[in-house]
Amino acid sequence: MSSIPMEYYLILSAFMFCVGVAGVLIRRNAIVVFMCIELMLNSANLTLVTFSSYLGNSIGQVFVFFVMTVAAAEAAVGLAVIIAIFRNKKTVNIDEINIFKW
Amino acid sequence: MNVQIILFIVLATVAAISSVVMITRKNAVISAVFLVLNFFALAGLYLLLNAQFIAVVQVIVYAGAIMVLFLFVLMLLNTETEHKLFVDKRAIKFFAILISFFVFVQVAYLIFHGSPSRTLTPDEAASVKAGTIQAIGQQLYTNYIIPFEVAGFLLLAATVGALVLAKKKFE
Amino acid sequence: MINLIYLTTLLPLLGFLINGLFGRKIKNEKVIGLIGSGTIGVSFLIVLGAFIQTLGLPVEERSNTVNLFSWLNVGGLQIKFAYLVDQLSLTMSLIVTGVGFLIHVYSIGYMHGDKGFWRFFSYLNLFIFAMMNLVLGDNFVVLFLGWEGVGLCSYLLIGFWYDRKFEKGTTSQAAKKAFVVNRIGDFGFLLGMFLIFMTFDSLNFKEVFARAATFPVAESTFGLIALFLFIGATGKSAQIPLFVWLPDAMAGPTPVSALIHAATMVTAGVYMVSRASIIFVSAPAIMTVVAVVGLLTALMAATIGLVQNDIKKVLAYSTVSQLGYMFLAAGVGAFSASIFHVMTHAFFKALLFLGAGSVIHGMHDEQNIQKYGGLKKYMPKTFLTFFIATLAISGVPGLSGFFSKDEILWSAYANGGFVFWLVGAITAMITAFYMFRLVSLTFYGKERFDHHNVHPHESPALMTVPLMILAVLSIIGGYIGLPKVFFGEHGNLFEGWLEPIYAPAMNKLALYGEHTHLEEILLMTVSVAAALSAIFFALHVYRKNPQIAENVSNRFKGFYNLLLNKYFVDEAYETAVVQPIQKGSEKFLWKIFDVKFIDGMVNGVASIVEKSSGVIRKIQTGVAQSYALIMMAGIALVLLWLILSL
Repeated sequence: MSSIPMEYYLILSAFMFCVGVAGVLIRRNAIVVFMCIELMLNSANLTLVTFSSYLGNSIGQVFVFFVMTVAAAEAAVGLAVIIAIFRNKKTVNIDEINIFKW
Repeated sequence: MNVQIILFIVLATVAAISSVVMITRKNAVISAVFLVLNFFALAGLYLLLNAQFIAVVQVIVYAGAIMVLFLFVLMLLNTETEHKLFVDKRAIKFFAILISFFVFVQVAYLIFHGSPSRTLTPDEAASVKAGTIQAIGQQLYTNYIIPFEVAGFLLLAATVGALVLAKKKFE
Repeated sequence: MINLIYLTTLLPLLGFLINGLFGRKIKNEKVIGLIGSGTIGVSFLIVLGAFIQTLGLPVEERSNTVNLFSWLNVGGLQIKFAYLVDQLSLTMSLIVTGVGFLIHVYSIGYMHGDKGFWRFFSYLNLFIFAMMNLVLGDNFVVLFLGWEGVGLCSYLLIGFWYDRKFEKGTTSQAAKKAFVVNRIGDFGFLLGMFLIFMTFDSLNFKEVFARAATFPVAESTFGLIALFLFIGATGKSAQIPLFVWLPDAMAGPTPVSALIHAATMVTAGVYMVSRASIIFVSAPAIMTVVAVVGLLTALMAATIGLVQNDIKKVLAYSTVSQLGYMFLAAGVGAFSASIFHVMTHAFFKALLFLGAGSVIHGMHDEQNIQKYGGLKKYMPKTFLTFFIATLAISGVPGLSGFFSKDEILWSAYANGGFVFWLVGAITAMITAFYMFRLVSLTFYGKERFDHHNVHPHESPALMTVPLMILAVLSIIGGYIGLPKVFFGEHGNLFEGWLEPIYAPAMNKLALYGEHTHLEEILLMTVSVAAALSAIFFALHVYRKNPQIAENVSNRFKGFYNLLLNKYFVDEAYETAVVQPIQKGSEKFLWKIFDVKFIDGMVNGVASIVEKSSGVIRKIQTGVAQSYALIMMAGIALVLLWLILSL
C-alpha cells in the first residue's frame, strides 16, 4: 500500500465515476443505466476506502458499508420500478419513458 | 517494482477497461458480466488497501447478490439489444461524452493540485487494523448503532416496496 | 399549587376540546354543562390554592414564574411560554375563574334547550383559556395570545345566535363590528409591542420593566410606547374613540355579556395598563391622556345610559362608563384603585347582567324596559339581588362599589385636580340616576306588559343561586379595601397586597400631595349625598310620577334625541370612516385599481409566462437523461469555477 501514491487510486476512482456518468447519459436501456449508477457508487466507495486506509481510520469503511446497504435497497426498488414500467409500457428504453413532463 | 505495484497496475487496468467495455456493449447481459469483472477488480484493490472486510462484502453483496438480481431482471424482461447506440442523437451523445471527459480532467487536476500523498504519512499497521472486521464492527455497534438500525429498517422498507411494486396488479 | 397553575389554562382548553369535538354527540345538557363548568370550577380551586400559598410567602417571594416551554427562539428573540404568578395576576385569575365559574353554572339554566348548547359551552371554555393566558402570561407575547384569543371568543359569542335579528342588522354584523374595532386597537397594541422590543430588547415583563426603570430612554419613546399600548387598551376596554362595539356586543346571549363584556375581557385593557404601569408613569403626558379619555368616556356613556330603553343597552353603557372610571384611576396613578374597581365591578356588573338575563328569561326574550313594570312580585329573588347590585354600582356606603369608587374619586382629586373629581362625581350621580330608573321601570310601577302573552316567572335555582353568591360578593367585596382616612394604612388590605407590583411606578411618580383628612371626608360626603339624592329623585320620577320624565324629555327634545342616538357616534363613524372606505373601495379600488391595474398586471404576467413558456417547454423533453446531462454540465461549470478560484 505505502509504495503506491494515493493519487493513483483517486484517479482511477474519478475515471470510473466519469465512465459511469457517460454511461448514464448515453445508454438507453434503463437496466444498463442502473448498472452505471452502481459503477458510480463503487467509484465513490473506492475513494472512501482509499482515504480510510491511508488515514488508518475505519470510519470510511463503515461508511462504505452503509453505501452498500443503500445500493442494495436501491437496486431492489429500482429494478421493481423497471419491471412495473416494463409491464405498462412494454419497453425499458428510456427515450420512450418520457413521463417527466407535464 | 514490487508485487504491490504490479498488482495495482493489473487490477486498475482491469477495472478501468472493464468499465469502459461495460458502457459500450450493445448487449445488456455482456455489460452486466463486465460490471461483475469490474467489481472483482475493485475487491482486489480493496485488499491492496488492507480493507479485507470491505473486499469480502464487495464480492458477496455486489458481485454476488446485486448483480445476480440484475441478471435475473435482464433475463426476465428479455429485452432487445440496443442496435443503434451511436446512430441517432449523435450530437447529444458526443456532448455527453465530452462533458464526462471534461469533468474527469477537472477532478484529476484537483487531485494532483491537492496531492494528498504529500500531506499524509500512511501508517501500515494502523491501516491493517482499520480494515479488520473487528474495528468496523466496533464502530458499527457503538458510534453508528442508530444509523445501523436505520439501515436495517431501510432494507425492510425496500423489500416491502419492491414486493409491492413488482406485484402483478395493484389491488 | 403555584406549580400547578398551568392546569388553570389546560383544563378549560380540555373542556373546549371535549365539548367542541364531541358536544354534538354527547347531546346530554347535564354532561356538557358539567364538563364546561367543572373545568372552570377546578381551575378556580387551583387559583385559590395558589393564592393561599402566595399569601403564606414573604412579600419579596410572592412573584413566581412558572416556565412551561420555550415557545419562539429566533435569533435574539427568545420567548418562553411561561406564566407569571404574582399578586396582580392572581387577583385577575381569581376574578376570571371565580366569576367565570358562577356564570358557567348560570348558563346551564339560561341556555337550557338551545340548539347550540354544546357550542356555547365550548366557546365559553375557550374564552376562559384565552383570558387566563392573558392575565397569567409572563411576557407580552403570551399576553397577546390571550388578547387575540379573547377577541376571537368575543366575536364567536356575540354572533352566537347568528340566525337572529339584532336592531337594524343581524348578530353577525354586530360580531363583525366588535371584531374589526378590536382589531384597530390590537394593531396599536402590536405596534407598542414592537417598539418595546426595539427599545428594551426583550418582551419579558420582568426584564422590560426592570430596564424601563433603569435604561436611559427618552420620554418621547416612553410616550409613544404608552400611547400605542393605550390605543390597544381603548379597543379592548371600549374607551373613546373605540367604544362603539360594546353596546352592539349585547347581541350575544346575556351570560356572554356578563362574562366577557362586563366582568373579564373588557377589563383586559385596564389590566394591561396596570401591568405596564412603569411605562405609563414614565410618560406623564400619556397618563393625562389616559385620565382624560377615561373621564370623558365615563361621562359620555353615563349620559347615553340615561335614555336607553333596552335593559342590556343600559347596562352596556354603564359598563363603558365604569371602565372609564378604571382608566381615570390608572391615569392619575391609582393603579391599585383601578384594579380594585375591576374586581368590585366584576361582581356587581356580572350580577346586574345575570339579573337582567333572568328578567329577560322570565319575560320571554323581551328586552324593552318600557314593557316591563311591577316585576318585583313575580321575581323576588332576582329583584333582591338586582337591587343590591344597583345599590353597589350607585356607590351607596357599605357596599363594594362605594369603596372602590370613592378611592378612585379621591385619587382623582388628590392627583388630578378638582375638575377631575367634579366630573367623576357628576358621573357617579348620573350613574345612580339611570340605574334606579332601570330598577323602577323594571320592578316597580304599573305592569306594562301584555298579560295574555307574557307570564313572568322566577328563574330556576341554577340561575338564582349564582345571583345570590354574586350579591353577597357585591356587598362584602369592598371590605378588603377600606378607606385609609377612617381605618389607617392597614385598613386597605387590597392596596397593601398589590403594592409590590406598583412600587417601581410609585417611586417614579411623586404621589399624594398634602391633603387633609377633612378634605377627603368632605368630598366623600358630597359625592355620597349627590348619589343618594339622585337615587331618590329617580325613584320619585319613575315610580310615582312618570309624566315628569315625559315632560322633561319633551322640553329638551334636541338633547334627548342626541342622547337617544348616542351622540350620533355610530352615524359619524359611518359617514366619516365606513362609507368613504366602502365607496372608495367600490369606485376606485374595485372598479379601477383592481380591475384595470391588478387584473391587468396579473393577466400580463400570465400572458408573458404563457408565451415564454411556449419557447422554454421545448427544453423539457421529459427524458430523464437530458435532465441528467444538463445537471452534469452544471457540475462541470461548478468545478470549473472551483478550479479557477483556487
